[in-house]
Amino acid sequence: MALISVKNLTRVFDVSKPWLNRVIERRGKALLTAVSDVDFEVAERSTYGLVGESGSGKSTIGRMLVGLLTPSGGSVEIEGVNLATETDAAKVDAVRSDIQMIFQDPFASLNPRWRVRDIVVEPVVARGGDATGLAEKLLEQVGLSALDAGKFPHEFSGGQRQRICIARALSSEPKLIVCDEPTSALDVSVQAQVLNLMSDLKDNFGLTYVLISHDLTVVQHMSDVIGVLYLGRLVEEATPEELFNNTKHPYTKMLLEAAPQMDGFGREAELPEGEIPDPINPPSGCAFHPRCPIAETICRQERPLLRQVGNARVACHLAQ
Amino acid sequence: MSDTVLSIRNLSVEIPTRTGVVKPVDGVSYDISAGEILGVVGESGAGKSMAGNAVIGLLNPPAHIAKGEIWLNGSRIDALKGEAMRRLRGKEIGMVFQDPLTSLNPLLSIGDQLTETMLTHLPISRAEANNRAVAALEEVGIPGAAERIDSYPHEFSGGMRQRVVIALALCAEPSLIIADEPTTALDVSVQAQIIALLKRLCRDRGTAVMLITHDMGVIAEAADRVAVMYAGRLAELGRVRDVLTQPQHPYTAGLMASTPLASAGKTRLHQIEGAMPRLDKVPDGCPFHPRCTYAESKCRAAPAPQISQDHAACWFPLMAEKVS
Repeated sequence: MALISVKNLTRVFDVSKPWLNRVIERRGKALLTAVSDVDFEVAERSTYGLVGESGSGKSTIGRMLVGLLTPSGGSVEIEGVNLATETDAAKVDAVRSDIQMIFQDPFASLNPRWRVRDIVVEPVVARGGDATGLAEKLLEQVGLSALDAGKFPHEFSGGQRQRICIARALSSEPKLIVCDEPTSALDVSVQAQVLNLMSDLKDNFGLTYVLISHDLTVVQHMSDVIGVLYLGRLVEEATPEELFNNTKHPYTKMLLEAAPQMDGFGREAELPEGEIPDPINPPSGCAFHPRCPIAETICRQERPLLRQVGNARVACHLAQ
Repeated sequence: MSDTVLSIRNLSVEIPTRTGVVKPVDGVSYDISAGEILGVVGESGAGKSMAGNAVIGLLNPPAHIAKGEIWLNGSRIDALKGEAMRRLRGKEIGMVFQDPLTSLNPLLSIGDQLTETMLTHLPISRAEANNRAVAALEEVGIPGAAERIDSYPHEFSGGMRQRVVIALALCAEPSLIIADEPTTALDVSVQAQIIALLKRLCRDRGTAVMLITHDMGVIAEAADRVAVMYAGRLAELGRVRDVLTQPQHPYTAGLMASTPLASAGKTRLHQIEGAMPRLDKVPDGCPFHPRCTYAESKCRAAPAPQISQDHAACWFPLMAEKVS
């Protein structure tokens, strides 16, 4: 059974000017649709990669999965429970403790005034659990020393801090960890260490990851299924092999072509056209059509639905 | 070489601290020729930006150049101070920083910023500067340059701002551009555009470029030669194809192997154990030896010999067969 089931998920942010300005300047409300009609499922013990450029809504989806934001439309069901609407407090509580999150910036996500021990066991202590010796055990599991439990976050490097964040996420024995750009702030060699640690922990604890990243190579390495987002819409979803070898959506193609390659010596990449449009006024029809090399009339008029094409799900009128 | 634009010889930067002197850059030497892009790659704290800032005289005190020489077009510039350095900056050396929003003045229109730079450094009239500003914006691919010349930085997107910064760096026709992580703040698709732009403009004008980045992929696509830095020292220097496909220094080899790209199809990434030493605790001998799998007693005793054009700073450089 799928651990997470996301249906028609939509999130709209009100980015209007203050009320008085709107009256004086005779402007309406400005609404930013960060996530629009996104559907996907994540199987238990798998890694689902969400990839996209800035403004594609990937972090917003991550925040809605863990309940940091409420959806404007659609639903997120985790273990069959919709956290936004479920009225049975016991059920909500049970599911909540199965979800954890790892954030991008390990400098901002650790309280500088707390000792590492207190940080790591907070998810357990906050629920009144017994945390004796837990921090030491977890720190050793993520490759730090038990002695580090008495230190403060500033005594650690970026990679070590991210390990502390991972230890904290593990402490409540979650099933699902939403990782929002877990290695973007880290150097390449440290990134390799953290990604390897994440793979090991997944096997040891039977975790499910939702991995949010802008880095195609990281997502390719870690994921079982990848969803590509563009302007808040899921445009393609497939396994890494399928996505990288048999790319169907023109946006994914552009993204893969534009990504720097290690053996691309002096390569003259086919340059992407333009930039991501303003999400407050997205283009009509398919959001990618102004930059798409194969766009036709229908792309300007009708928004393509996500449909099964071969082994992938693609939102493109012309994909086959 | 006659067309050498920048020549750094045995450069050391020191920062005196309460507990002793740290050396963020230690005995680094390299040259950049006209029209060449030298990629400087390394992890954070490797000293790559510090070396760039030393060249352009932007070291923050108490950091200072302790040793070594910097030559630009045949004249020595490391001892220049105040006004003399200011004339050089912008005129002979252009600079592109990571964050385009903080490197543009939010209170001046981009046209004003461009003409200000040109009027300061070039003997031209204001009208001529205006014309050149429009031409410069057109050259970096800003649509409707003539209309947008009076726009302010906040009216542009990140990629467009970085294009403006590049126009600004190039408008006084410098012989050297120092680009410090120019695409790190940008999205992949925009990064490709900016790198291509930098490559094209510098090839056309014969501008030398020092491209500082942590991204091996960007180096592979843009640079002609690459300098790999580790803990303030040069680990390896050579043609980009040689260094990336047949690295001689175990650090370069490890760095290459730990990128997810190089490990395609494997379940685990190659990892270099440990982390780069803190600058006040750089080990004796080769700075990489505590993390190096090939290290022997010689490596612990003394740093590897001076790096030359086709040798890594390693006692036991990897041969092709060792890199599997």
